[in-house]
Amino acid sequence: MNNVVHLNKTNIAVNKLDEDKHKSKSLWQHAFNQIIRDKLALASLIVIAIYVLIAVLTALGVIAGDWSKEVGPSYASPSLEYLFGTDIFGRSVFAKTLKGAEVAISVGLVTAVIAISIGVTLGCFAGYFGGKIDEIIVWFYTTFSSIPSIMLLVAITFILGKGLIAVYLALGLTSWVNLCRLIRGEVIKHKNREYVHAASAIGGGHMRKLFRHILPNVFHLVIINFSLQFQFAIKSEVILSYLGLGVQGQPSWGTMIDDAKLELARGVWWQLGAATVAMLIVVLSFNLLGDALRDALDPKLKGK
Amino acid sequence: MNLYIYVIRRLLYVIPVLLGVCLIIFILFNVVSPDPTFMMLGKHASLKQMEELRRELGLDRHWFLQYLDIVKSAFTMDFGRSWSTKQDILEMIKIGSIPSLTLSVPAFVLSTIISISISLLVAFYRGSGLDKFVVFLCVFLMSVSSLAYILFGQKILAFDFGLFEISGYEPGFPYFIPFIMLPMIIWIILGLGPDVRFYRTVILDEVYQDYVRTARSKGLTERAVLFKHILKNAMIPIITYVIIRIPFLILGALLLESFFGIPGLGGITLNAINSSDFPVIRAMTILSAVAYIIFSVLTDILYTVVDPRVRLK
Repeated sequence: MNNVVHLNKTNIAVNKLDEDKHKSKSLWQHAFNQIIRDKLALASLIVIAIYVLIAVLTALGVIAGDWSKEVGPSYASPSLEYLFGTDIFGRSVFAKTLKGAEVAISVGLVTAVIAISIGVTLGCFAGYFGGKIDEIIVWFYTTFSSIPSIMLLVAITFILGKGLIAVYLALGLTSWVNLCRLIRGEVIKHKNREYVHAASAIGGGHMRKLFRHILPNVFHLVIINFSLQFQFAIKSEVILSYLGLGVQGQPSWGTMIDDAKLELARGVWWQLGAATVAMLIVVLSFNLLGDALRDALDPKLKGK
Repeated sequence: MNLYIYVIRRLLYVIPVLLGVCLIIFILFNVVSPDPTFMMLGKHASLKQMEELRRELGLDRHWFLQYLDIVKSAFTMDFGRSWSTKQDILEMIKIGSIPSLTLSVPAFVLSTIISISISLLVAFYRGSGLDKFVVFLCVFLMSVSSLAYILFGQKILAFDFGLFEISGYEPGFPYFIPFIMLPMIIWIILGLGPDVRFYRTVILDEVYQDYVRTARSKGLTERAVLFKHILKNAMIPIITYVIIRIPFLILGALLLESFFGIPGLGGITLNAINSSDFPVIRAMTILSAVAYIIFSVLTDILYTVVDPRVRLK
């Protein structure tokens, strides 16, 4: 009986808070406004949008569909005719760089989705249910993170063979631990809050409480992580390509940079230059956006 | 909780983690990876040859025995022989660790000192133009591909200007120094971005604490507050961050070593990857995982000694 009275009181309090909130902005609105006002973050967002557009257009074959065609002599230096020069087979480096955006964006997107689904699911279950489930999941990620991720990457690509799918899975399966840890910690903090009790009072089950009520409150971590995960994946693709485990039969910035190690001695710097700059711009944008998102969404850091 | 009980519990937790690491390694290399006999014998091997090789490598035994072998090697450090060079792996590791450490230790120490100094400077002038510039520079440095640093460094600084050796290595104390200069500089640049950002955040987390306000209201100078009060408290996360990365020094800098021709553990690992030399890859994985586990226990224990609040949780 006592409990019910208590709950009613808190409900009233919550309602009042809700009313107050309607006048002020929500966290998401506030964050959105802050990002729009922040010129650097807005510029990053636009740059990312352009890259995504290029990636979609090249995937559809609208632009750079003829990247594999010979357009001039081997290793022509950059000029008006050959915008970024040509590679060993006389193919346009410009077209290859555009085509590389397709691999980069798809690697970033797919890996982030894989890593986030694993991290969020395990983190939520561990934090919410506690006890044995928590122990097993914590044991699992402690174990997993004890193995250097470069070794896991190598092992996974060995098993799956070379190619884009292997790159997706290898990078996705090795980079969920941090997010999982964060989500677990946050869910533990949230699961005994009043709104969760209120949700069970009106008959909400575990899954409903966890995914409808708690998850939206910790979702800002996912957004921030997504941005960082994206740029990490783009950078890692280069390393995998260098190890000979990367994308095959399609230009990527990784394979372009990898080719450059033989070309540089001959003074051919444009392929390396084009890939590096293309990558730098998009990775920089994701980093800046990630920072802006963290400032906007993480209330602990607000005002600093 | 009593400190000793905590330490013992923490030490005991090593066992399930180590068994788990071995299990993952076992699953990756012995269960799901393609049959190594194909790779070693080529396409035209007869079934009998493959059978013999499997017996020789111990792959025909019960899976549990194979798993136990991996667990045993984590304790005895006896990893058997390499498939491609037939050398004893522990011997290879011993020989390779010296060039690796001559690069990684000085680079790690220097990069830590430089990063902490810069972040203190930036924290002192927080909010100023310098602070914003450094923060942006860090993000910028982090966004360039590590391969680009290596390739442009080799091409421009070493090849065109002749400031450094392009690649190679010579054992013995003063002789290796010219060979590690450029990789060391690249190592420091690579670390600068993430490290300065981390240390700066840690220091700024302390700046807004109550004790800092108290120290200021006592009339202490900003410099005394920063170095005596803030730095001491920020030291806990900084120490953790530094120690937990020591085990990764063992693997050396995979890319740097292979580009600069340093015959260290990173180079050994890369060669093993290229020639599908499973025992060597497995040995390097086990070795670095064991080192990681040991150091993470050390950090946790050190943490509780330095900061008693942690134990209560």
